Amino acid sequence: MSATTESTGRRVLAALRRDPLAVGGTIVLALLVVVGVAGPWLAPAGVNDVDVDQMLRPPSGAHPFGTDELGRDVLSRVLVAARVSLQVGAVSVGIALVAGVTLGLLAGYYRGWLDSVLMRCMDVLFAFPVLLLAVAIVAVLGPGLLTAMVAIGVVYTPIFARITRAGVLSVREQVFVRAAVSIGASDLRIMRRHVLPNIAAPLIVQTSLSLAFAILSEAALSFLGLGIQPPAPAWGRMLFDGRGFVTDAWWLGVFPGAAIFLTVLAFNLVGDALRDVLDPRQLTLGEARRSTP
Amino acid sequence: MSERTERMPSPRRHPMTDSTVLSVDDLTVTVGTRNGPVRAVAGVSWQVRPGETFALVGESGSGKSMTLLAATGLAPRAATVTGRVRLLDDELTALPDDRRRKLRGRHVGFVFQDPMTSLNPVLPVGRQVTEAAEEHLGLTRRAARDRAVELLELVGIPSAAGRVDAYPHQFSGGMRQRVAIAMALACEPDLLIADEPTTALDVTTQAQIIELVADLQARLGTAVVWVTHDLGVVAGIADTVAVMYGGRIVEQGPVDAVFDTPTHPYTRALLAARPDPSRRGEDLVAIPGSPPSPLDLPPGCAFWPRCPVRADPRCEHELPPLTPVGDGHTVRTFYRGEAG
Amino acid sequence: MARFVLRRVLQSAVVLVGVTLVVFLLLQLVPGDPVRVALGTRFDPQTYDALRERAGLDQPLPVQYASYLGHALTGDLGVSFRTGQPVSAIVLERLPATLSLAVTAVVFALLVAFPLGIVAAVRSGSAVDHAARVFSQFGVSVPDFWMGIMGILLFAGVLGWLPPSGYVALTDDPGRWATHVALPAVTVGLVTASILTRFIRSSVLEVLSADYVRTAEAKGLRNRVVILRHVLRNALIPVVTVVAVQLASLLGGVIVIEVLFAWPGIGRLTFDAVQARDYPVLQGAVLLVAALFLLVNLLVDILYARLDPRITVK
Repeated sequence: MSATTESTGRRVLAALRRDPLAVGGTIVLALLVVVGVAGPWLAPAGVNDVDVDQMLRPPSGAHPFGTDELGRDVLSRVLVAARVSLQVGAVSVGIALVAGVTLGLLAGYYRGWLDSVLMRCMDVLFAFPVLLLAVAIVAVLGPGLLTAMVAIGVVYTPIFARITRAGVLSVREQVFVRAAVSIGASDLRIMRRHVLPNIAAPLIVQTSLSLAFAILSEAALSFLGLGIQPPAPAWGRMLFDGRGFVTDAWWLGVFPGAAIFLTVLAFNLVGDALRDVLDPRQLTLGEARRSTP
Repeated sequence: MSERTERMPSPRRHPMTDSTVLSVDDLTVTVGTRNGPVRAVAGVSWQVRPGETFALVGESGSGKSMTLLAATGLAPRAATVTGRVRLLDDELTALPDDRRRKLRGRHVGFVFQDPMTSLNPVLPVGRQVTEAAEEHLGLTRRAARDRAVELLELVGIPSAAGRVDAYPHQFSGGMRQRVAIAMALACEPDLLIADEPTTALDVTTQAQIIELVADLQARLGTAVVWVTHDLGVVAGIADTVAVMYGGRIVEQGPVDAVFDTPTHPYTRALLAARPDPSRRGEDLVAIPGSPPSPLDLPPGCAFWPRCPVRADPRCEHELPPLTPVGDGHTVRTFYRGEAG
Repeated sequence: MARFVLRRVLQSAVVLVGVTLVVFLLLQLVPGDPVRVALGTRFDPQTYDALRERAGLDQPLPVQYASYLGHALTGDLGVSFRTGQPVSAIVLERLPATLSLAVTAVVFALLVAFPLGIVAAVRSGSAVDHAARVFSQFGVSVPDFWMGIMGILLFAGVLGWLPPSGYVALTDDPGRWATHVALPAVTVGLVTASILTRFIRSSVLEVLSADYVRTAEAKGLRNRVVILRHVLRNALIPVVTVVAVQLASLLGGVIVIEVLFAWPGIGRLTFDAVQARDYPVLQGAVLLVAALFLLVNLLVDILYARLDPRITVK
C-alpha cells in the first residue's frame, strides 16, 4: 500500500511540475505563506498608523499602494491581512474536512437509518445558498474571526460528506474490504487502512478547491463587516471601506481586490491541476455551486 | 441536387460487373498522438464489387476499423490519410469534405459495434432511421415517417408502426442493432459497412443479425463490408476476405482459398484458434502473446514476435511483399510452407 | 413519471421542513435574549413584552417550533423587531428588485456562455477555446464585489456612462432601470457565465466523442445538423440543471452585490436585518430564499425528466 501511495505522490509531483499554471500557482501560494507568516515584519508601516496629512494619497515611493481615507499605508494593510485570509481559509476548510469526512464515513460505512438521517441533514444544509447560510450563522453568533471560520466550515461540510460517502460506498463492496471484514478487522482499522486511502484523491482535490471558495467567502463576509473586526485589516473590509472613495482613489479598490483574486486564482490553479492528475472526472457540482450568492 | 428529385433508386443499379463499389488503393493512416505520430494503417488495398461481401478480419488495434473510417472521411481530426479511395464513380480522397459528406449515408450506410451507444438516446428511433433520407433524398417529415415504419418492418421489428416514436432505451440490444441496420439502409445505399455489428450481442442475437444482413443483401443487392475479429462469421457470409495485422493486410483472397489453403502463419493461427465443431473435445489453440503496439512495430513482419513458425529468417528484418499464391489469393510472408 | 414527480415533491417537502427547523433554531442560537439584543438602546418594557409574546419566546421549544411552522404554513413569518411590520410583507416587497437583477444577470450569462462554451468545445484547442478557459478560470477566481468596484471605477468614474449605484423599478422607468441594472447584472452575470462556459464546454466535448455522434456523421448529415440535433440536444440537458441552480442561488439575493450597488433586493434586506439584529426579518429572508431554491431545484428535476426520455422509465 505504501509503495503505491509513494509512487502516486511522485507521479502527482511530476505532473504538476510539467504544468506551468500549477507551478505558477504553487509559487504564488509559497509567497503568500511567507507573507502570511512574516507580514507584520515585511510591512513598511504599522497597519493603524493614522496620518491625517497623508489621506487618500496615490501610490508613491513612500506608499507604493497609496494611502487610505485615514492616511494609513495600503501596502502594509494588504500584507498583514494576508494572514487573516489564509487562516480563515485553512481553519474553515479544516473544520469542513474533518466534520464532512467523519459524517460521510459514518453514513457510508454503517448505512441504514444513520445514513438517512445524516444525509438528509446534509441535504438541508445544501438547500441554502452558500454565502446566505454563512451570513445567517455569523449574524446569529456575532461577527468575528472565530464565527466566520465556523460558519464557512459548516457551509462547506456537506460537499465533503457527500464525496466521502460516495467513495466509501464504492470501496466498501470491493474484495479487499470484504476480505478485511471477514477476517474480523475492526471497523476503525478498516476505515483507516482501506477506505481512507482509497478516497484520498477526490478529498485532496476538493480540499484545494474549497480553500479557494473559503477565501472568497471570507472576503465576502468581511466585506459585509462580518469577518475579523476593525481595526484589524482584512481584504474584503478594505474594499468595503474604500468603495465610496473609489472613483477618486482607485488604489483603494484595486490592490486589496487584486490580492484576493491572486490568492483564490492560485488555489484554483493548483486544485484544477491536482484534479487533472488525480481525479479527472470529479463532480462538477462544486463548480456549479461555487458562485457567491 | 438531382438527388432531391430522384425517388428511391432501384437496387441493382450496378449490376454484377467488373466495376467496384468501393476500392481502396494504398491507403495509409497516420494518427498524431501525445507520443508522436502513429501509423495505424499502412498501404492497404482492396475492392468490393456490387452485391459482394468483403470481410476485413483482425484483432482489435489491427487497423481494420480505422481503414474504413479513413476511407469514408470519418477518421479523427488528428489522422492524416494518404492513398486513393474510389466510391462508385467518385474519387473520395480528392473530394472536398462537403461532397464526401453527401455520398456518406447516401451511397454508404454504416452499422457500428455497440447498439447501446451508437443510437442517440434523446431522439425517437423513427426519426433517426430516416434522417439520412431526409437529408439526401429530400423526404418530407411525413413521407419520412412512413418510410421509417417500412424500414423498421424490413429489419423485422414487430409492430413497427407503434414503435417509430419510441426511444432507443425502450429496445433490447438486438432490436437496437436492427434499428441501426434500418438506419444504414434508409437511402438504399450501394454499400453497407458493418463494423463488428455482432460483437456486443449475445450468441443467439448474433446469429439473427448475421442472417438478417445476409437476407437483406440478397433482397437489395447491397455490397457489404463486414469488419470482424471472428473468422467463424466470415466463412458463412463473405465472398472475399482480407486479414489485417499491425496495420497491414497479411493475407487476402476468395474466402474458400483463404480457408482451404491458409498460408500466413497468422491466418493459420486464427483458424486454429476458432472453435470448430468437428474438433470438439480438442483444446482450443490460443495465439500466445499480444498484438504489437502501433507505437513500436517490428521492422519486418509485425507478427514475427508471436509467430509459431519462424521458418524464413528474412521475415524478421525485411517486410515481406504481398505476393500472389493462387487465383486472387495474396499473402504477405516469405514462408511458403505446406498448404492447409 | 407521476410517481417520479411525487417522490421528488415528497423529498423536497422533507428537506423544506428541515430548512424551517434550521431557520427556527437560528433565533435560539443568539447568545442571550434576542429581543433585548435587538431592541438595544430602544428598549422599553411594553415593546419588549409585546415582541416576546408575538415571537412566542416564553413557550417551551417544541411548542415554539410547532407554532412557528404552523404560522409559516399560512404565510405568517412573524413581525419585524424593528418596525413591527409583518415579515412576509417586508420580504415580498423586496422580491421584484432581486428578481429583475437575477434574471437580467442570467440572461446576460447565457448570451455569453452558450456561444463561448459551444464554440470552445467544437473547436477545441483553438484560440476561442483558450480564451474560454482563461475566462472561466478568471470568473471563478475573481471576487464579484471587486469586479463590481472595478466596473464602478471604469464605467461610472472614468467614462461616466453609468450611475455608480442605485435602483429604479422596471415598472417606473424601463430606461433608467436598464442603466442602473447594467453594472450589477454584468458583474454577477460574468461570474455566472464563467461557470456556465466551463460546464457547457465540458458537456459538449463529452457528447462530441459519443458513438451516436459518429453515427450521425456516418449518415452524411450536415455539420450544423449534427451539432444542433445530436450534440446540443444531449449536451444541453445537464446544462439546464446548472443554469437553474445558478438562477436559484441568484434569486437568493446577491448579498454583496446588492450592498455594493445599493440595490434594494432580498440580499440588501438580509444585510440590513443583520446590521439591525432584526432576527425575524433575517429568518424570513433566509426561509424564503431556501424555499425558492428548493422549488427551482424541484422544477428542474421534473423538467430534466421531461427532456431526457431515459429517466421516465425508472
